[in-house]
Amino acid sequence: MTEIFGVPLLALPSQLVLGLVNGSFYALLSLGLAIIFGMLNIINFAHGAFYMMGAFASWMLLTYFGVGYFGALLLAPLLVGTVGIVIERLLLQRLYRLDHLYGLLLTFGLALIIEGLFRDQFGVSGETYEVPEILTGAIDLGFMALPKYRVWVIGVSTLVCLATWLTIEKTRLGSYLRAATENPQLTQAFGVNVPLMIMVTYAFGVGLAALAGVMAAPIFQVSPLMGSNLIIVVFAVVVIGGMGSILGAIVTGLMLGLIEGLAKVFYPEGSATVVFVIMAIVLILRPAGLFGREK
Amino acid sequence: MMRRILLGLALLAGIIAPTVVYPVLLMKVLCFAIFASAFNLLLGYTGLLSFGHAAFFGSAAYVAGYLVRDLAWPVWAALLASTFAAALLGWFVGLLAIRRQGIYFAMITLAMAQMVYFICLQVPQTGGEDGLQGVPRGTLAGLDLSNDLTLYYVILALTLLALALIYRTIHSPFGQVLKAIRENEPRAISLGYDVARYKLLAFVLSTGLAGLAGALKMLVFKFASLTDVHWHMSGEVVLMTILGGIGTVLGPIVGSSVIVVLEDQLADKVGSLVTVIMGGIFVVCVLLFRRGIVGEAATFYQRMLGHRK
Repeated sequence: MTEIFGVPLLALPSQLVLGLVNGSFYALLSLGLAIIFGMLNIINFAHGAFYMMGAFASWMLLTYFGVGYFGALLLAPLLVGTVGIVIERLLLQRLYRLDHLYGLLLTFGLALIIEGLFRDQFGVSGETYEVPEILTGAIDLGFMALPKYRVWVIGVSTLVCLATWLTIEKTRLGSYLRAATENPQLTQAFGVNVPLMIMVTYAFGVGLAALAGVMAAPIFQVSPLMGSNLIIVVFAVVVIGGMGSILGAIVTGLMLGLIEGLAKVFYPEGSATVVFVIMAIVLILRPAGLFGREK
Repeated sequence: MMRRILLGLALLAGIIAPTVVYPVLLMKVLCFAIFASAFNLLLGYTGLLSFGHAAFFGSAAYVAGYLVRDLAWPVWAALLASTFAAALLGWFVGLLAIRRQGIYFAMITLAMAQMVYFICLQVPQTGGEDGLQGVPRGTLAGLDLSNDLTLYYVILALTLLALALIYRTIHSPFGQVLKAIRENEPRAISLGYDVARYKLLAFVLSTGLAGLAGALKMLVFKFASLTDVHWHMSGEVVLMTILGGIGTVLGPIVGSSVIVVLEDQLADKVGSLVTVIMGGIFVVCVLLFRRGIVGEAATFYQRMLGHRK
């Protein structure tokens, strides 16, 4: 068997693909975090909980209502997004005038509540969710077998991320959004309904997290704790990328997923910590983050 | 004068408390009072929200446990060394975290703490998922610490020392500079203060004391585990401080007492719903109760005085 640095070369491509899959989840989540932070000035700690809710929503849709994967792909983000709207209207709205830190603390409390409720209902072991039939199996590339589902996840995530980026950068709606991020009072004075935009933005960011959750359901166990461990890594991704740039968030997410995949092959013990080490290095060399602007 | 009497009464309460309440619970309260007060030094007096204080609390617990159990160090040396280790770790994390402000500071400390968590999970000395179990309490200055009451008074004395140190720090010129940074950082810079150095020093002091709290808690329960380094623990100390009152001397003590007793009472009744209740308290505190118990009481008291005039 061909080896590189004493590591079987065969493991490399499949780990890289898995890394890209993780990377696309990072990208979807950090994208949502960045949009929400831009509009609401809140770091949404509950983002991991919404990701978990997305996965559970698809499992529940299948188990209780017989709605399949592709239905869930559409319905779960809508359902979770609705939960997001309720939370924004009832709770977050009261914090916009206060220090950013209160938003972090409130959403942290929400994350604890959501996680605790699901753990009480479903235990910690988690449920399994099958890969939909059309996407099972693998494509034989000669040097490796490429599982179809992973290609699907990477493809859909990249598409959704790019579509979001284009919407924000190139459309009229996106220009309203950017204007409201820059100066909410002035935008409102021009007749744009800013509170509505804030609500929609939060629901959309939350929906992205749920979408990632739906796609993650067949790969990982659907468990109440799946979100909280992920969200901390995503925070590190956000610190590395800086929240100033949408494209930056996407690229950083994918890149760190890849690096994690590499670490799993060459230095498995470090795969859990590699993102945090990179964060430390970036903070030393470029404190504002790779795509951030120095204030 | 009023202050002295109150202090004396509190001291007296501390001394007779173990005759009324189970000493282990009291010791847990004291450990968390140190932990939350140390945390408050950062959040309340310097305006820095660290979301990773469990890393210092927990790693000091591991260091102390390892030194006492596996290397047979005397307790005093292990306490000292673990406090120092936590401060050293705090110096390293602080050096990175103070490069960013506000929300980023919180995220960086959280991420670094998660790294410490993974290291504690993987390093062979910590016992992985099982944690460090069966650490003997040993003796301190000839006192047998395996007796709960003896250990209680030792911890009470150390708590008073730690709280006095924090009180002195807050009311020193150094503490005034910290408050200036909290209120208006650019202004503090323009006045010529090396803000980064002050922040780092406050961070190191806070993490060292958090370490002392962790090491003492390890002595009380005779084990260190992953719970101590988990981000839930970081959240818990934030909650204690907010509930009690950010930026008040007594707040963290009140907050930690409430939370520890609440958890103790609820643990076997509601099971995993404890997290939900903690989350609920978080939400209520942030929305309605931002001054905390002590802060609200002080405001109420001041308003009463105003009426009387």
